[in-house]
Amino acid sequence: MNDILIKAQKVTKTYKLPAEEINAVRDIDLEISRGEFIAIMGPSGSGKTTLLDILGCLDKVSGGKLEVFGKDVSSLKENFLVNIRRENMGFVFQDFLLISTLTALENVKLPLLFAGLREENEKATEMLKKVGLAHRVNHLPKEMSGGEKQRVAIARALVTSPKILFADEPTGNLDTKTGKEIFQILKELNQKDGLTVVLTTHNNELGSQAARTIYLRDGVIA
Amino acid sequence: MKIISVAFKNLKRKRIRSFLTIGGVAIAVAVLVSLIGFDAGYQRALTGDIDKMGYQVLVTAKGCPYEAATLMLKGGGGLRYMEQAVYDKIVKDARIDRITPQLIATEFDKDRQNGQGGIALYMGVDDSYLKLKPWVKFKAGNWFSNDDADEVIMGYEVAELEQRLPGDEIFVPNLNKVLKVIGIFERTGTQDDGVIFLPLKSAQRIFNLSDKLTGIGIKLKDIGELAAFEEALYNEPGIQVISMAEVKGTIFNLISSAKVMTNSVAVIAVLIAVIGVINTILMSVFERTKEIGVMKAIGASRLDIFRIIWLETTFICVIGGIAGDIIAILGSSAVEYILRHILPYAPKGQLVLITPWLLGISFIGAVIMGLVAGIYPALRASSMRPVEAIRMGD
Repeated sequence: MNDILIKAQKVTKTYKLPAEEINAVRDIDLEISRGEFIAIMGPSGSGKTTLLDILGCLDKVSGGKLEVFGKDVSSLKENFLVNIRRENMGFVFQDFLLISTLTALENVKLPLLFAGLREENEKATEMLKKVGLAHRVNHLPKEMSGGEKQRVAIARALVTSPKILFADEPTGNLDTKTGKEIFQILKELNQKDGLTVVLTTHNNELGSQAARTIYLRDGVIA
Repeated sequence: MKIISVAFKNLKRKRIRSFLTIGGVAIAVAVLVSLIGFDAGYQRALTGDIDKMGYQVLVTAKGCPYEAATLMLKGGGGLRYMEQAVYDKIVKDARIDRITPQLIATEFDKDRQNGQGGIALYMGVDDSYLKLKPWVKFKAGNWFSNDDADEVIMGYEVAELEQRLPGDEIFVPNLNKVLKVIGIFERTGTQDDGVIFLPLKSAQRIFNLSDKLTGIGIKLKDIGELAAFEEALYNEPGIQVISMAEVKGTIFNLISSAKVMTNSVAVIAVLIAVIGVINTILMSVFERTKEIGVMKAIGASRLDIFRIIWLETTFICVIGGIAGDIIAILGSSAVEYILRHILPYAPKGQLVLITPWLLGISFIGAVIMGLVAGIYPALRASSMRPVEAIRMGD
């Protein structure tokens, strides 16, 4: 199989506001290959998150061509995009976004439920073990620290064995020490397991540790 | 883990809110069950009351028919008297299957109701009474020894109330008369349970009403001849003919306006409950916009989200339906008590008839209510776009 997972050509995302149109990102040309560790960096409002959403098929492009796993997704609707995400992608967010009524283990099992896969407790438990949370499986998000919640989120993202992990400011809501720990987990996943990781950050110290950095300014790759 | 348990756990998110919404559904269901149960129970009880009188036609002295209807159901005809000659004339009619003359008299007894005083109801009857009401059985004792004896047979309730057994005596206070209890009837579930029976001739003598009657109960051989039979008596002076079908109709008319009111209340209760459920679920959907977005991001389809929200709504209504059924069952005696005190006429027997069928239908109704109420919030949630939902408020 082709080692290029995602290929963007002249990708543009425009938001239509009542008064004007805003080009959140514009003319993005980008290739992401298997096993890469990419940090998208840039100041606030530079379009980092928009770009990540588009690459992660959470949002549709307004213009240009986006190929994901060799398939043109530029004009696909959410009904189709969800299948692509479900089968190939994992997501981690800045504010963790765990389901507050579910325990750590249940949160991790949720993608299996949606994917219609057999819900192996072992698989979910194994993922929690991998992120160092074997002792917290039955805790609710409110009983956990920020770092622990982000570990659960990573376990949740990994449980369906995705080809690529998208992390939007994964350390943004964490203190420096915890942020480094989370970043370390992502790095190890990349180095040991060969998982492709794309993350956004405006932390230069962490961003510079990525194998490849992409700088955005005003929606354009600088 | 199943979709259903994800939905169920959402109810625990805001416990008080879920509880109140379920309470709203429960109250609506309880009101519905009670009202429909009352509709059914009242008709059955009234029909049973009237059927157990044993006669289809009552001939009474002329008077207000409403007053007559009410008094009659409380134990006899209106307290106007007609001549026994009327009976002697009617009794020869070939269309009559069974006929019984009655003389009702009331006496105030100051010792009744723990000294508050109350009305004692006496009824003079002859042997034909038992022919018209073959189901009446003796709990103890026998029928009168002769047709002019100073003896009484007590209805079940009045015997209990006055603590009398056969062989005991009762005292008619204002007439200074002592009568011997010769028998006690079994409970019939009708107004007769509260009546003290005595031979017709004795009643006429004791109450100074010789050759007087208050009513004549008649059962025809063929109910189809009722109209012709009434017609024949129409010209008889001083009497009126009341058919039990008319009495039933009169009473149903009396309560029908009240029924319109109560049914409106039930409809409003259900509407409020539905709106309450939709409102609660919509609020909870909007509060969870981010969670719904993230579920979509990690692979939930529109159908998955729709099912979660829809199931959640259905849960509220299922639990509410069960709770409402339970409230209706537990509260039925209270409702019964209240109705008995506000209705113009309450028949004996169960007024609020709550059947398993009614409970089942109400429960299914609540479930359907949940399914309907859930559609809009579920559609709203399922059509949220993941990126907009996740980034909301950022």
